[in-house]
Amino acid sequence: MQTISVTDAVAMIPDGATVMVGGFMGVGTPERIIDELVRQGKRNLTVIANDTALPGRGIGKLVDAKLVGHTIASHIGLNPETQRQMIAGQMKVDLVPQGTLIERIRAGGYGLGGVLTPTGVGTVVEEGKQRIESNGKTYLVEAALHADFALIGAFLADYLGNLSYALTARNFNPVIAMAASTTIVAAEHIVPIGLIAPDHVVTPAPLVDYLVANG
Amino acid sequence: MDAQTVIAKRIAQELRSGMLVNLGIGIPTMVANFIPRDMKIFFQSENGLIGTGPIPEEGMAHPLLTDAGGRPVTALPGACTFDSAMSFGLIRGGHVDVTVLGALQVGANGQLANWMIPGKMVPGMGGAMDLVTGAKRVIIAMQHTAKGKPKVVNTCSLPLTSVRPIDLLVSEMAVIAFPDGKAMLMERAPGVSVEQIVAATEAKLLLADKIPEMQL
Repeated sequence: MQTISVTDAVAMIPDGATVMVGGFMGVGTPERIIDELVRQGKRNLTVIANDTALPGRGIGKLVDAKLVGHTIASHIGLNPETQRQMIAGQMKVDLVPQGTLIERIRAGGYGLGGVLTPTGVGTVVEEGKQRIESNGKTYLVEAALHADFALIGAFLADYLGNLSYALTARNFNPVIAMAASTTIVAAEHIVPIGLIAPDHVVTPAPLVDYLVANG
Repeated sequence: MDAQTVIAKRIAQELRSGMLVNLGIGIPTMVANFIPRDMKIFFQSENGLIGTGPIPEEGMAHPLLTDAGGRPVTALPGACTFDSAMSFGLIRGGHVDVTVLGALQVGANGQLANWMIPGKMVPGMGGAMDLVTGAKRVIIAMQHTAKGKPKVVNTCSLPLTSVRPIDLLVSEMAVIAFPDGKAMLMERAPGVSVEQIVAATEAKLLLADKIPEMQL
């Protein structure tokens, strides 16, 4: 793990990159990294996340600034700007059931090719997908997802990069931390090693490539 | 009593101590207001919380403690938090006893459409498809009609949420169950006649032997 300024962290992310972003309606999203993506004007990003939050918040800021070319999410209903750009053909949006989305990401991080899920069988979600019968039940084959970067919002990070999360800000964060080539973390508090007890570490330090420094 | 209160109060009677319950946004959320004080129910928010409590008092909201709609909530004593993979493992894995959701349409066979209106409203399915596919019991809370048109229809014309039929539908007019994939009228709201319910319903309703008034 390396500590890095938010400027240098975001400078590593090229235009057109695929980024997984933690957070649920902006809760648990690393706002400092998002703000810097907007400041540096990274374009044509593919964003994989639960939702696109609200205008002016979290991923909604990337949408407002028209930096997102493709969104893979479970819900965009609370962000009218995402819907407007989708309808205007400015942004491609793939809607994925939330449980399927998180499992596809988990599969990507856990070395699996995908998952079998009953969710979506017989609905529009099934279009273009393979069906598999197993033990008398019908499942869809849902492919794993992987990203160039995972942008993590943690509550505590220690000097090694061990992470813990607070309350409902955990959501997608520990799962995406395993599914990207490069993991960048912004934490609310950076604390000495040992302050997060071993049993309370949720994301182990070796998964973290860069920790955004304070200031 | 207004329509939403009738629906929420009646659905609250379906819940039992010890159940793990997931409430959707809107009328379903109101169900929690009508649980008897001595009943201990585990309410799940799919953004990663079991033990979801009521809206905090003014000035007590925490920015990292919200429900699935992003609104501030409280956490009751004994609450726990987890990531989205576990949250949907709980849902899809059959560990949620009851989910209460809204509906755009319910078909005569109990199939549900509640996530999009093509060309008009495409919010995304969020957790709805997983909930309807995986919860042990699916209860729908909805107004019986929309702008005077029946929402309990012969066949859903809107995209389905799941092929799995719902278990119970509660509206401000009626309680309808779906045994063997057939709509059966079980109860009527106070002051509402069977004829009125049939007239407001497109789907053919089987009539239970006795169709008592809801006890609210």
